Amino acid sequence: MRARKRTTEVPFNLLVAACLLYVIALFAVAFVVESRARVGRLGWLRSPLVYTLSLSIYCTAWTFYGAVGYAARSGLEFLTIYFGPTLVFVGWWWLLRKLVRIGRQYRVTSIADLISSRYGKSNTLGVIVTVIAVVAATPYIALQLQSVVLAFGVFASATPEGLTAPDASQTAFWVAVGLALFTILFGTRNLDVKEQHHGIVTAIAVEAVVKLVALVAVGCFVVWGIAGGLSDIFARIDAADLTAWQVQPGRWTGLILLSAAAVITLPRMFQVMVVETNDEGHLSRASWAFPLYLMVISLFILPIAVVGLEHLPAGSNPDMFVLTLPLAEGQGALAMLAFLGGFSSATSMVIVESIALATMISNHVVIPIWLRLHRTDAEREDLRAVVLNARRLAIAAVLALGYGYYKVSGGSAALAAIGLIAFLGVAQVLPALIGGLFWRGATRTGAILGLVTGFVLWAYCSFLPSFGPGAVLSGAIFDDGLFGLSWLRPQALFGTEGMDPLIHALFWSMTLNTFAFCLGSLLTFPGPVERLQGAAFVNVFQGGVGPQRWAQGQAEPEALLSMAQRILGEEAALALFEKAAREQGKQGFLPDPTPGFLDAVEARLSGAVGAATAHAMISQLVGRATVSVEDLMAVASESAQIMEYSARLEAREAELTRTAGALREANEKLLQLSLQKDAFLSQISHELRTPMTSIRAFSEILTEGALPSEQVTRYGRIIHDEAKRLTRLLDDLLDLSVLENGTVQLNLALTSLHEMLETALTAARQTRPERSFAMIRDLPAETIFLKTDADRLTQVFINLISNARKYCDADAPEIRIAVRQRGARVTVDFIDNGKGIPKEAQSLIFEKFARLSDANRAGGAGLGLAICREIMANLGGSIAYLPGQGGAAFRVTVPLRLDQLAA
Amino acid sequence: MRRPARPLFLARAPYRLRRLRDAARLLPILGFLLLLLPLLWAGSDRSTLTSGEVLYYFGVWVVLILCAAAFAPGLKGSDAGEEEDD
Repeated sequence: MRARKRTTEVPFNLLVAACLLYVIALFAVAFVVESRARVGRLGWLRSPLVYTLSLSIYCTAWTFYGAVGYAARSGLEFLTIYFGPTLVFVGWWWLLRKLVRIGRQYRVTSIADLISSRYGKSNTLGVIVTVIAVVAATPYIALQLQSVVLAFGVFASATPEGLTAPDASQTAFWVAVGLALFTILFGTRNLDVKEQHHGIVTAIAVEAVVKLVALVAVGCFVVWGIAGGLSDIFARIDAADLTAWQVQPGRWTGLILLSAAAVITLPRMFQVMVVETNDEGHLSRASWAFPLYLMVISLFILPIAVVGLEHLPAGSNPDMFVLTLPLAEGQGALAMLAFLGGFSSATSMVIVESIALATMISNHVVIPIWLRLHRTDAEREDLRAVVLNARRLAIAAVLALGYGYYKVSGGSAALAAIGLIAFLGVAQVLPALIGGLFWRGATRTGAILGLVTGFVLWAYCSFLPSFGPGAVLSGAIFDDGLFGLSWLRPQALFGTEGMDPLIHALFWSMTLNTFAFCLGSLLTFPGPVERLQGAAFVNVFQGGVGPQRWAQGQAEPEALLSMAQRILGEEAALALFEKAAREQGKQGFLPDPTPGFLDAVEARLSGAVGAATAHAMISQLVGRATVSVEDLMAVASESAQIMEYSARLEAREAELTRTAGALREANEKLLQLSLQKDAFLSQISHELRTPMTSIRAFSEILTEGALPSEQVTRYGRIIHDEAKRLTRLLDDLLDLSVLENGTVQLNLALTSLHEMLETALTAARQTRPERSFAMIRDLPAETIFLKTDADRLTQVFINLISNARKYCDADAPEIRIAVRQRGARVTVDFIDNGKGIPKEAQSLIFEKFARLSDANRAGGAGLGLAICREIMANLGGSIAYLPGQGGAAFRVTVPLRLDQLAA
Repeated sequence: MRRPARPLFLARAPYRLRRLRDAARLLPILGFLLLLLPLLWAGSDRSTLTSGEVLYYFGVWVVLILCAAAFAPGLKGSDAGEEEDD
């Protein structure tokens, strides 16, 4: 090819030199930042910008090289890998924020630590997640090595003379060694209280810029350098006629969901997103900035793929278009930049991933084993060196595994395929993670079942088959299924043959994983620590939860201190203990082992060695392991007691309010009664005084003597009348008081109502006998026999009829008596045709001494209706004024049969 | 566990904040549907992608990012204390 002749401008040794220079620059950045961090002058290095850029660890060499290859092979499908994270970040960063908050509050060191801590600090779970992460990440690391090797290869094939390139596996080896060294140097410098590596995070942010700039530069060159601008690119996209470029609906949907899950669960994403941050506010900036980064980085993928397919000879590897296009066009410097971009993507991913994995391996595998082996002499040894060495070894081991995988697989598979398989592997953690964050009922057993189910299915359906038939799984298993059972074929479980293999694995592993997780959680009962942790994680935003994790300890403070020193270092441990002692009001370095203090120590330790190990170490010292079911119940009953107590207080308060109200009412009534009594007394005095005065006056005249006899007779009659009036008044009063006290004797007998009315009319005729009244009666209705006190009832009737006779002022006066029987009661209405009683007086007429006017003063003392009311009350009936009858009207209600009720 | 009773109704500002949060939570669902929409466009005979499709996807992407950028400052102020799962 003519184009290839022009590509000798980048000698291989220059390339190596550039790589070395680049790495040295990274070293310098990391070193400067680390030293600034040590003196606490991080400043803008902890800004949302650096955070967002460090998130771009999501875009590995798979993105940088692989996406173009992916686009060249299957069109737009590569976009799904970025759509998933975009969806998660634009809207669901509240989920990430919960993760970050939990991570900060409980000093989570890795995703395995999070899962283990949530499910009762179970190291088993930590180990399971670690295994899944390592198995899934190994091919991914191999992929990065492979991409670097391929990139070197592109340049090597272009340089026939000069320094000859070493062969591929040698390149991979040296790249792996170099990365291991860099990671060990900056990833295991110190055993921080919280696993944070400021130097590395900043170096990664720098790398993020490099890869973005490189890819955009190549993209711009392709669009405006090779093609004729945007419209030309669109024309070329339209013209590109490839059947593979069709979007498959199943894969499209599935891959968006898969990448959304993976962005949360990938160990390296978890490391930068949760572990390396201490400000959850950064997430709000990242919510749009990270999707923006993803969009910009994928902006030119398709143009590069389309132009690459057109310009480069058939059969050239589309994964390397980013390099080969500029080379073919003679742009050596651009190719160099692109190469550095790819190198950045690969190295940053490998560094962070291996740190994350090494933390998991050392905290969940190496340290627990080491502690078990060295139980006896563990008291004095400095564990920090052990932890750090374990971590260094683990980093080396992870890279060795990656290199081994690369050697074994031969670096043949397309980059994208391996990447998706790794995604699916880590996505298996998602059900346990989400369940743990939002469902308090999720249990350890459920999580173990779900994780193991998902992992096994992933391995069987996706990971192992990726080696090809005959490599790990024999061809027979592919064709006939495990044990010859056709429904167990790895790519057609339960006969689902029509599915794309990856979607098939995604569907079955995630479905059965979730199913096992839920079923296990529903059927098992969590232990006390588990329940405590569950509540603490799910309610992390509602502040402190539950009892202290440690019972008031039998732990020796000295033993605690020596243990803390082994992990935190002498100075840090002493500072921690001294502070706690001061807070307890003590001198020196040995605080009381209160539950709160034990909690604080455990939290500090878990920042270094993970929750499960820290928990195990402290429970070794404290003796009685930890919180028991009884403690949980005690807390529950304590809060129940508090609630009950406050409920009781409330009830008591309500009762007090009621009592106060009743007292106030009683007081008012008493006041009223007192007023009434005063009024009554003054009325009585007044009523008695008037006749008394006239009696005294006339009797004085009489005693003077010498009066004509007719005068004496007249005065004597006056005295007699007045005395009679006095007697009547006193009789009435006596009657009233007897009635009011309820001490009246009733003579109950069956009596005809008609007879009583007759008697009453006859008696009442004495009142103003000069007037004649028309009586309107309903004689048949009156033939009712009542069992009552006939004399008393008659007295009421007399009073009412007399009143009518007295006060009715009509010209042709009439009285209507209406009798009605209503069930067991009889009403008798007395209605005249006078002008009635004014409304405002109606409520007063039954009161003692109430008189409407002074016009008929001589008629009585105003006790009549009061007496009537009392009589009716004694007879079990009532008397009421009946308004609106065209005159004064009273209704007397009596029971048909009065049984002896009044004593 | 005993929790302080939360108010049943809110003043205008916290109410707006909650709705903003709701909107942010719904955004991914909307985005997902928009991203799936082109699957329904295709006639069965279509075998290549067109530049229109590419423009559509990137357009949706930009809209999502702009929405997130618009929501983010408002949500940042929301203190985590009230970030209960409601």
